[in-house]
Amino acid sequence: MPFDTAYEAISEDTDTGHRWAFGTGFTDPLAGVDTAVPAGVDGADLAAYCLMLGDDALIMSHRLQQWLARAPELEEDTALANIALDLLGQARLLLARAGTADGSGRTEDDYAFARGEREFRNVRLAEVIDTDFAGLLARLLVFSTWRLALLTRLRSSVDPVLAAVAAQGVKELTYHRDYAAEWVIRLGDGTDYSRERMQAGLAAVGPLIPELFETSAIERRLTAVGVAPDPAEVRAESDAVIRHVVEAATLDLPAVPGLAGVGGQAGRDGVHTEAMGYLLGELQSVARAMPGSTW
Amino acid sequence: MSAASRNVADSSVTSAPRQLTLARARQVAESVADPELPMLTLADLGVLRDVTVQGDHVIVSLTPTYSGCPAMHEMRRDMTARLAAAGFAAVEVRTLLSPPWSSDLISAEGRGKLAAAGIAPPRSRSGPSPGPVQLTLFATGPPVACPVCGSSDTQRIAAFSGTACKDLHRCRACGEPFEHVKEI
Repeated sequence: MPFDTAYEAISEDTDTGHRWAFGTGFTDPLAGVDTAVPAGVDGADLAAYCLMLGDDALIMSHRLQQWLARAPELEEDTALANIALDLLGQARLLLARAGTADGSGRTEDDYAFARGEREFRNVRLAEVIDTDFAGLLARLLVFSTWRLALLTRLRSSVDPVLAAVAAQGVKELTYHRDYAAEWVIRLGDGTDYSRERMQAGLAAVGPLIPELFETSAIERRLTAVGVAPDPAEVRAESDAVIRHVVEAATLDLPAVPGLAGVGGQAGRDGVHTEAMGYLLGELQSVARAMPGSTW
Repeated sequence: MSAASRNVADSSVTSAPRQLTLARARQVAESVADPELPMLTLADLGVLRDVTVQGDHVIVSLTPTYSGCPAMHEMRRDMTARLAAAGFAAVEVRTLLSPPWSSDLISAEGRGKLAAAGIAPPRSRSGPSPGPVQLTLFATGPPVACPVCGSSDTQRIAAFSGTACKDLHRCRACGEPFEHVKEI
């Protein structure tokens, strides 16, 4: 069937299944899922927690997407695209869960495209700019190790939606962590030059680590009712995995003070680094220029 | 004209007797192909979890293979269109998140179809452990048999591939690269 434009060809609604394109007409990722808030759980707290984990995934995914067509080899491009896609999927489910938990009915798009910088609750580790491939791998190692440790525990959350998202996410993050760990070792235990770059990547990520294990007031309340794990409790496990990888790579990751926030506030409070505004400017540009459009 | 109304019109032309039974709904739902692995049906893949019928209302439950599976929308649309064509006026496709999809859910028939299409089927996996996930550095597990020549002298060359569910291998015996459905 002829089409006037390529856009028409990929966007035509068809029931044959022979001609389709991803990226048009997304539907609610929680369609048909029971989203009742469990008894004894505060819906606003649950929503806020979903935004924390959802924003971590969304923002990390966006940084990974910026690597597409820039990775050193095609296989790495594919790997980073797949990791970005997994995290975007986790983000969609979590943001959609937030809108059902707080009763606002906001959609994933409302959260992703219509919030301002101060309303994003991701840790700052997710948002920083990667200066090179080694820097990305250092960040991905820490991010996926920490998130895997959190989601492993979140599988037993009393919120069935969070538990289900975690059960699937654990399988995905296991691959992400292995991928990052193998590259950190390959580069660290490689040439003098790759070793130098990998060590610099680890040094850059060090100050962003302490924030990951700080327990917010929301998490403290949700830990008490069995919804969320306490991030402070995953520190030992997460540190041990990272130390194992760094040693196998013959590198160092010295403990350093955390990057200062503003008045004691950081990513979970909506206080971000300068890089965040530029990231959101890109992420939200189309949605803000053409509100309500689909593509 | 919408997909549904066109299909209804088509079936009225053929005037075949409609049997809106659960067995018929299952038969139709089980025949819908996966958009990314079209040699498999959603039933072969283990994505189709449940079909129920109330009157002419069908409820189909699907589980995404990966959180970010971009084909879910296509699966929903194909499922709805095929059931509408079979005479089921109201089709609801629900997402079933738990238990999560596992490569162990791919049927024996599905594994055979994958291999025939040159894609190595997944090995069986050990069940998820409740505790911390162990780091497996450079571990590749038992060799994946080459779907082209059958040799076990194969090597994984990339942990990810063209879709979320596959990685990339090569066969040292026949020299062919091939994809393999990952164990999750």
